[in-house]
Amino acid sequence: MSAVMQAPAPMAAVGETAAKTPFLRMDNVARHFGSLKAVDGVTFEMRAGEMRAVIGPNGAGKTTFFNLISGLLPPTAGQVIFEGESITQQTIVHRVAKGIVRTFQITEILPDLSVFENIRVGVETAEKLNSKPWISRSERERVNQRVTELMDIVHLRNKANRTVGELAHGDQRVVEVAVALSLKPRLLLLDEPTAGMGDTETDHMVDLVRRLHQEQGMSILFIEHDMDIVFGIAQHITVLDQGRVLADGTPEAVSNDPKVRAAYLGSIE
Amino acid sequence: MTRIVGIAVMWLALLALPWWLPLIGGYTALGSKVLIYAIATMGLNLVLGFTGGLSFGQAAYFGLGAYGAGMTLKYLAPSTPLAIVIGTVVGGLAATVLGPLVMRRRGIYFAMITIAIGQLFYFVMVRWNEVTGGEDGLAGFARQDIHLGLLNVPISSSGTAFYYLVLLCFTVAVAVMWTVLQSPLGHTWVAIRENRRRMEFLGIRVERYVWAAFAIAGTITAFAGTLNAMLFNFASPQDLHWILSGNFVIMIVLGGMRSFFGPLIGVIIFVVAQDYLSSVTDNWMTFIGLIFVCIVLLFPRGVLGIFRRAEAV
Repeated sequence: MSAVMQAPAPMAAVGETAAKTPFLRMDNVARHFGSLKAVDGVTFEMRAGEMRAVIGPNGAGKTTFFNLISGLLPPTAGQVIFEGESITQQTIVHRVAKGIVRTFQITEILPDLSVFENIRVGVETAEKLNSKPWISRSERERVNQRVTELMDIVHLRNKANRTVGELAHGDQRVVEVAVALSLKPRLLLLDEPTAGMGDTETDHMVDLVRRLHQEQGMSILFIEHDMDIVFGIAQHITVLDQGRVLADGTPEAVSNDPKVRAAYLGSIE
Repeated sequence: MTRIVGIAVMWLALLALPWWLPLIGGYTALGSKVLIYAIATMGLNLVLGFTGGLSFGQAAYFGLGAYGAGMTLKYLAPSTPLAIVIGTVVGGLAATVLGPLVMRRRGIYFAMITIAIGQLFYFVMVRWNEVTGGEDGLAGFARQDIHLGLLNVPISSSGTAFYYLVLLCFTVAVAVMWTVLQSPLGHTWVAIRENRRRMEFLGIRVERYVWAAFAIAGTITAFAGTLNAMLFNFASPQDLHWILSGNFVIMIVLGGMRSFFGPLIGVIIFVVAQDYLSSVTDNWMTFIGLIFVCIVLLFPRGVLGIFRRAEAV
């Protein structure tokens, strides 16, 4: 089963220039774990500057799908193509260098360090400074300035010196997004960015994701269970079910798709 | 601010130590021993406290430094600086070469392999009788005066002069370790300790950084070992034994493994208590154990752990 490709969405203002070259393409990609077909022949295309949601019931293969894009898992079949180049065999390290950066469903923070220190590690990694056993004053200032910039983007500057392990869950997730941003992502993958958050925290995160897309023109692919968020900010929606693409298109097209209604949306209405 | 004052006070106290320590019943060589062990444990703490690798065989590199320095003085050339350099290089090289065996292990396996490697060196030194003196240790060498142009620094005869050499070495080691911990490399170590997986996802080749930490820690510990051999003009197989490795870890835990100067505090408590108690009773280790239990109960993060946030690197 292949995806139903749609014409460019009317909302796609940001990535217009790159509209012709597929930014990310997956060609009949599969990942089987023994007899379990977590991802089973997915074909998928995303343009630069797009804001796209991946939805699907539990066990649909969403996280595995993310792992295949980010390089955490190699596919058992198919090709992953980023900007016309096959990255199928590339490790997570190479993909991060190409700008494919993800956050995780389970919060991955450095709990005993401050917000500033968490983000600084990301900045120093992006600048390839990690192996330097000393640092010049000017270089240190440059790094610190970049960290401050990132804290401003995610509105965490007032918590710069707070220990991340002691922050609220929502803020921890925002720190993680900031660390992802420090790697200068060109494609940002967010795995359930608002999972486990209260209303205020969710609003903060949604606002952040929207700003990243609108102000920085970042290409964002996110997994989300909350349909209000999905239909609120996504330009495109890909629906996965049992490791396959069930539907793919604009929010209207997807919500009107009888297969989607039957298999997924119907069950929560 | 309090930290700058604290460090200044510590410095003045160390500079003036040969005057005040005898007044309270100590002796200068005890001060030298404290500083030497402080270099060793602060070096070990780069791996243990800052990178999160449970290195329980650090005495191996301390002992290699000691034997390296002793053999240099005994067989090669009567030069103190040469002995320090050769001992440090021998111990540092050993840690660097063995690092790849260690860097992939985690948790208890890291501890086991480091102990095993440490004991390997212990048995080599004990068995290799003709050269190392075997069970009796390596004797028959003495530290030599240092000649700086016309100036002769009489460290061979003066314990006080030797103390100042040790203090100079301590200062250099502290400056090097502080610089590294403030650098991106140091930040990366701490991040690996906090969340190794996270760093892998960032594209960091974690093992290489653990290797670097292990090699640098081994080098600094070996550096301390060379000074220890010259303090006593003697290198003992006990300098390589896992018991000393365990004591290093205890000292670090006492003082606070998450803080830079924590090991120094732990060494002061341990070495002073050991020196005093062992003159009173043969069962001094029991009392050390009691002190350890009390401190761990009162300060779960070690004595300096109470300044947690302020001390964080």
